[in-house]
Amino acid sequence: MEVIYITIGVSVIVAIFFFIVFIMSVKSGQYDDTYTPSVRMLFDDELVTSQKKETNNKSK
Amino acid sequence: MEKEQFYYDNKIVKMFLWATILWGVVGMTVGLIVALLFVFPGLLEFAGSENAISWLSFGRLRPLHTNAVIFAFVGNGIFLGAYYSTQRLLKARMFSDVLSRIHFWGWQAIIVSAAITLPLGFTSTKEYAELEWPIDLAVVFVWVIFGINLIGTLLKRRQRHIYVAIWFYIATLVTIAVLYIFNNLELPVTGFKSYSVYSGVQDALVQWWYGHNAVAFFLTTPILGLMYYFVPKVANRPVYSYRLSIVHFWSLIFIYIWAGPHHLLYTALPEWAQNLGTVFSVMLIFPSWGGMINGLLTLRGAWDKVRENPVLKFFVVAITGYGMATFEGPMLSFKNLNAIGHYTDWIVAHVHIGALAWNGFMISGIVYWLATKLWKTELWSKKLANTHFWLGTLGILFYAIPLYVAGFTQAFLWKQFNPDGTLVYGNFLETVTQILPMYAMRAIGGSLYLTGFVLLAINVIKTSKIGSAVEDELAEAAPLKKIGSQRFAGEGIHTWLERRTILFTILTTVAILIGGLVEIVPLILVKSNVTTIESVKPYSPLELEGRDIYIREGCNNCHSQMIRPFRSEVERYGEYSKAGEYVYDFPFLWGSRRTGPDLHRVGGKYNDNWHFNHMFDPRSTSPGSIMPRYSWLLKNDLNASDLEKKMTALVSLGVPYSDEDISGAKAKLLAQANNVVTNLKQDPEFVKNYGENNMQNKEIVALIAYLQRLGTDIKANTNTALK
Repeated sequence: MEVIYITIGVSVIVAIFFFIVFIMSVKSGQYDDTYTPSVRMLFDDELVTSQKKETNNKSK
Repeated sequence: MEKEQFYYDNKIVKMFLWATILWGVVGMTVGLIVALLFVFPGLLEFAGSENAISWLSFGRLRPLHTNAVIFAFVGNGIFLGAYYSTQRLLKARMFSDVLSRIHFWGWQAIIVSAAITLPLGFTSTKEYAELEWPIDLAVVFVWVIFGINLIGTLLKRRQRHIYVAIWFYIATLVTIAVLYIFNNLELPVTGFKSYSVYSGVQDALVQWWYGHNAVAFFLTTPILGLMYYFVPKVANRPVYSYRLSIVHFWSLIFIYIWAGPHHLLYTALPEWAQNLGTVFSVMLIFPSWGGMINGLLTLRGAWDKVRENPVLKFFVVAITGYGMATFEGPMLSFKNLNAIGHYTDWIVAHVHIGALAWNGFMISGIVYWLATKLWKTELWSKKLANTHFWLGTLGILFYAIPLYVAGFTQAFLWKQFNPDGTLVYGNFLETVTQILPMYAMRAIGGSLYLTGFVLLAINVIKTSKIGSAVEDELAEAAPLKKIGSQRFAGEGIHTWLERRTILFTILTTVAILIGGLVEIVPLILVKSNVTTIESVKPYSPLELEGRDIYIREGCNNCHSQMIRPFRSEVERYGEYSKAGEYVYDFPFLWGSRRTGPDLHRVGGKYNDNWHFNHMFDPRSTSPGSIMPRYSWLLKNDLNASDLEKKMTALVSLGVPYSDEDISGAKAKLLAQANNVVTNLKQDPEFVKNYGENNMQNKEIVALIAYLQRLGTDIKANTNTALK
C-alpha cells in the first residue's frame, strides 16, 4: 500500500498550497468586504447600450 | 477616474456554446443507446446476430457515453460559462485569443479522438480516465493552455477583488491537473497500449482518489463557480450570503480531496484507508449543503421570477439536485448503506441525479441565458424552453426512481438466504431479469431528457437566427464591449508583487508536483509490487493476451473482480478477495457495477466449452442473459506481435518474468492455446463446427485461458492448506 504515501502526500501538498493561497488572500484584503463584491458583479459594464434593457441601474 | 476601453471575447463563448449543445446531444444519445442495450441486447447487431459488431458493443460504448457527457458536454459547458464570466468578473478580455482558440480546438480534437479510439477498444479501463496515453498527453497540454489563459487573465484583471466564482475555477484548474497526471501514469507499450504503473490495490486506490475528485473538481467545483455567477446574474440580485460562499469554497476544497476511498469500502483496501474516506465523506455534507442553501436562498423574495423565467426554473431544479446528490453521497459512504448500494443501480441513479439535474440543468439554464446575451435578443420560444424544463424534470424522475428501485431490489435478492443456508437466487441471472422492467423505464426517462435537450438545440439555433437578423453579424461575433479601467484601489508595487506571488506559487507548486513526484512514484511502486501471497504467480503469455482482450472489450464495465467479505458473496462467488491476489494486475479490474456476476473466482467454475459457447451467444448457455455477443472473438486471429514488448514493460514495473520467460513466450503461448483447443474438442459440436478452423490462433482462446486462470492461484493455496 505504498501508493497511499503518494495519494496522501499529493493531497497534503495540494491542501498546503490552497492554505497558503487562503492566508495570502485573507492578508491581501480579499475578504475584508464580504458584501460589495456580491452586488458589484450584478452591474454590467458593456458600453453597447443601443438595445439594452435588462440593467435598470438601480442607484443605491 | 480615467477609463480604459477594451473588448470582451464573445466569439470564444459562442464557440463553446455550440460545442456544448452538439456534444450534449451526442453524449446523451450514446447514453440512451447503451440504456436500450439493457433491454434489447441485440439492438446494434446490424450485420446479423452471428456477426456482432465489435465497436458497437456495450463494453466499448459505455466509456464513450461517460467520457462524452463528462468531458465533452459538461467540459465544454464549464468552459462556456467560465470564459463568459471570467472576463466580466475580472473586467478584462481573456489573456490570449490564440490560447483561447488552441484551448477550444484542442479540446474538440481530444473529444473526437476519444470518440474514435474508445469504440476501437483502445482503453486503459480506468473509469473516466479510459483514454490511452497519447490522448492523455494532449489533455494535459490543452489543460495547461487553459491554465495559462486563466492565470494570464487574472494577471491583467482590472478588478482587484477575485469574485468567489473565479476561486472555484482556480481550484478546478489546479486540482484536476494534479489528479489527472497521477492517475494516468502509465508505461506505453505501443502507440495505443499502455500499462498503469500501479497494480491491484494500489491502482484501485489511485483510480478512485482520481475518480471521486473528477466528480468533485470537474463536475462540482466549476459548476458551483457557474452557480455563483449565473444565479445572481439571472435573478438580478446578490447571492444570499457572500461570506457563506467564501466559507463554502474553502471548506469544500479542503475536505473533498480525502473522500475517494468511499468507492472501495469492503474491498481489499486496508480498513483504516476506508474509514478515512468515510469520515471525510460524511463531513462533506456541511460545505455542500451550505452551498446548496446559499444558491437557493439567493432567490429569496424572487420566487415570482422563477415562475416566469425558465432559466431560473432550471437553476432551482439543478441546485435541488445538487442538494439531493450531496446528501446521498455521504449516506452511501456509511459502510452499512454502502454494503447495499455498491455494485448496484443505486449508484447509477445517484450519479445521474448529479449529472442530469445538477450538471445538465445548470448548463441548460446557462445556455438559454447566454443565447439571449450573445445574440442580444429574447429567447426564440420561452414556451419551448418551458417544455424542455418539464420534459427534463420528468426525465430525471423516470430515470432515477426506477433505478433506485432496481438497486434496492437487486441488492436484497443477492443477499436472500433459504432456511437451509443456501442462496434463494443462486443463479445471478434471476436477479437481473427481475429488474428488466426498471431498465425499460430508465430508457424512457433518458429519452424524455434527451428530447428536452434537443428542444434546447432547436431553440438556441432559432434564437441565433433572429439575433443575427437584428444586428450586424460581425459585431455580434465579437461584440465591442467597453468598460472603464478602474485601476485597483490598492494601487502601487506592493499589490502588484502580491498578485505576482500568488501566481508564482501556483506555477511552482504545479511544476514541483509534476516534476518531482513523477520521478518518485515508480521508485516507490516497483519495490512494492512484490508477491505477498506465495502461490500468486504472474499471468502466462496467453493469459496476459487474454487479459488485454478483456480490457479491450471493457468487460469490467459490467463485471467486478472483487468479492467482498460477506457471507452472501462468499456463498455465491467463493473465497473473498485478498489484496495480495492482485499484485500482477496492471491495471486493476475491480469494476464498479455488477450488471453481470463477479468474475474474480470464475476460473475453473465452468469448462472451456461453456465459455466458448457463452461468448458466441450468451443466450445459449444462459437463457435471458442481457450480455452482448462476442462473436468476433471466434473469428479474429490473436495478434501477439507485441507480446515480448508487453512482458518487458511489465518486468520494468516489477513483474518477475525471467529472460527465458520472455524469449520463450511465443512458444509457451501456442502450447497453452493448443491445450485449450484440445479441451474444446471434447465437445463434438465444437469439432463439427470449428474443428478445421485453426481455433488455437483465435482471440477467444486467449480470453478463455485468462478467465480460467482468474482467482485460481489462491484456490490451490487454500486447498493444500486444508489438506
